[in-house]
Amino acid sequence: MIDVAVVSFAQWSAREELARNEVEILIPVVAEAIERSGIGRKEIGFTVSGSCDYLAGAPFAFVTGLDAVGAWPPIRESHVEMDGAWALYEAWVRLQHGDIDSALVYSFGKSSLGDLPIVLSQQLDPYYQAPLWLDSISAAALQARAWLNAGHDEGEMAEVAARSRRAAKDNPNAVVSGDQSAEALLREPFLVTPLRRHDCPPISDGAVAVVLAAGDRAREVCERPAWIRGIDHRIEAHGLGVRELATSASARLAGERAGVDGVDVAELHAPFSHQDPILRDALGLSNGVDVNPSGGALAANVVMGAGLTRIGEAASRIMDGRAARAVAHATSGPCLQHNLVCVLAGDAT
Amino acid sequence: MSELCAVVGIGQTHHKSARPDVSIAGLCREAATRALEDAEMTWTDIDAVVIGKAPDMFEGVVMPEIYLADALGAVGKPMMRVHTAGSVGGSTALVAAGLLQGGIHERVLTVAFEKQSEADAMWALSRPMPFAPPTMAGAGGYFSPLIRAYIRRSDAPSNIGILVAVKDRLNALKNPYAHLRLEDISIEKVEESPMLWDPIRYLETCPSSDGACAMVLTSEAIGSRAAKPPAWVLGTAMRSEPTMFAGRDAVNPQAGKDCAADVFAQAGITNPREQIDCIEMYVPFSWYEPMWLENLGFVPDGEGWKMTEKGATALDGELPVNMSGGVLSTNPIGASGMLRFAEAALQVRGQAGEHQVDGARTALGHAYGGGSQFFSMWVVSADKP
Repeated sequence: MIDVAVVSFAQWSAREELARNEVEILIPVVAEAIERSGIGRKEIGFTVSGSCDYLAGAPFAFVTGLDAVGAWPPIRESHVEMDGAWALYEAWVRLQHGDIDSALVYSFGKSSLGDLPIVLSQQLDPYYQAPLWLDSISAAALQARAWLNAGHDEGEMAEVAARSRRAAKDNPNAVVSGDQSAEALLREPFLVTPLRRHDCPPISDGAVAVVLAAGDRAREVCERPAWIRGIDHRIEAHGLGVRELATSASARLAGERAGVDGVDVAELHAPFSHQDPILRDALGLSNGVDVNPSGGALAANVVMGAGLTRIGEAASRIMDGRAARAVAHATSGPCLQHNLVCVLAGDAT
Repeated sequence: MSELCAVVGIGQTHHKSARPDVSIAGLCREAATRALEDAEMTWTDIDAVVIGKAPDMFEGVVMPEIYLADALGAVGKPMMRVHTAGSVGGSTALVAAGLLQGGIHERVLTVAFEKQSEADAMWALSRPMPFAPPTMAGAGGYFSPLIRAYIRRSDAPSNIGILVAVKDRLNALKNPYAHLRLEDISIEKVEESPMLWDPIRYLETCPSSDGACAMVLTSEAIGSRAAKPPAWVLGTAMRSEPTMFAGRDAVNPQAGKDCAADVFAQAGITNPREQIDCIEMYVPFSWYEPMWLENLGFVPDGEGWKMTEKGATALDGELPVNMSGGVLSTNPIGASGMLRFAEAALQVRGQAGEHQVDGARTALGHAYGGGSQFFSMWVVSADKP
């Protein structure tokens, strides 16, 4: 395997961006990531992005993204209709080929444009499930109920939300932050039982970009590269009825393969509060691990970018020396159907 | 450098304007099952699944890998979904090949599909974007001015497109999977068909199809002991450029030239006209055959139409193009690129049946998308390098 590291990360998000379209949001984010990487825009060996047409309500949402990267002369480029974390996986694989030594990964999304929970209902089986319009919050509520029934309580969910909001106070890109206690949050009304508003992610618009570099190139441009020590992703069955919703078999498998041990920071893509403990359990995280120091997806949830943001947040803590070894996680599909785990570490570990 | 990758299994559906007999999952499984049978493998042999299709609005299923995980045997495995506009079928094969070339897996299943009958592609392609003025009426409205520019530049006679339309439909009659089977196709029939987007007539444009294509790709070790002769992947390349900017040549795009130069260099091809035995390229409108022959560097600029005119691109010609009948005969959009890549591999494996080019050893698969701005290509060979 060729050693590949995250060498820079940039992001921007807000609850609703009325003035700028996706490309206008993306341009400064990509520019910042490239500038911080110390690698010239024209030297980038491979570019890959993740986005979703249904957020923009038009086909080919990714096409205009090329205007933000300046694809001239023509570039080696690809796109996944998935969270940017999977774009990063494709870039990591591409860097294993050995003929290039850097890659730009980005994603963007404006979920404020439509009714996101309803848009996501159209991810479901189009013949038997999508016509029922089971929205993403209701699906998550079914999972939360299954998790509660497995011996947990709503207090744990409120603790996750309170922790996320506290951590997000230091995150300028957070959409939701604050000092509410779990007790106070539990007094809020239900949105979809057993989920309250704070158990669900905020609508967010934004963009995120990461630059990867391989081997000596990474050492050359970055004082403390965040090396990818393991990366794996696994999908599980689609039907909610055939899965054990209170646990995450695919996250567990991906975590085992990526080698989640000895991490001091975890950035988990848990858009719903109850998914945080499900993922901590699946990844075998001990109580000492600092989980979602950025505030996580409950603080800002740029759909299609929230997973890549987790990798960027974890990597940035290694690059600035706050962490030695970290795990980042991304998810896709209803109720944690598809999970990606990326373990990052500094040079010493 | 990267590891060697082999194509050991190829499958496709019978393509039709509507396949109401199968679901989207059923359509994908039909192609995937044929590819696995060809490879003499089962679902459990597969390490990872890479799917591709054009915009989700073509069926109305958001990020369909989520729904297709069970049907494609991906549960417990890595699964990815590629989307690079019309080139996506090719790009999907390349992302799958990349997993072998990067040494990540041993056996990867890749599937591309479109079930156009589930929705309306013309509608989906013509949606106004927020903040942007709507500028185009489907693909034909976009590409016809580029074709007119090509005709003006190259001084091509006006019948060249008609020749391509007839030739590809004749080839399709030899392909049992092809969608259009126009037994009575003729110069006159094409000429008399209605003009849709001048100079593109009805019979010079691609159909709208339901269909899927699948391939099993393996590492060198597995490919070397494959049940049937594999196609070895000698080169893979993708290139993209922005849709529009001042000075961009959308008729003969730089990205296509760069992509071809890259894939040929990897495959050790210095004289493509001599060293490539046949080409399966993405020709959704007849005139794109001569246009891409020039863009790919098989002939000097302005001379592509001469190849078509003298019959060099026919199945028994000097440089056969679109032996399968091409996109003009079968167009499940998201799968169309992979069908090109698969046909190139079928040819060098000697599996193309009635549309086999005698002695084909090395072939080019080509796909493009967007506003002639996304390109993906591979060169495959019967000979292991």
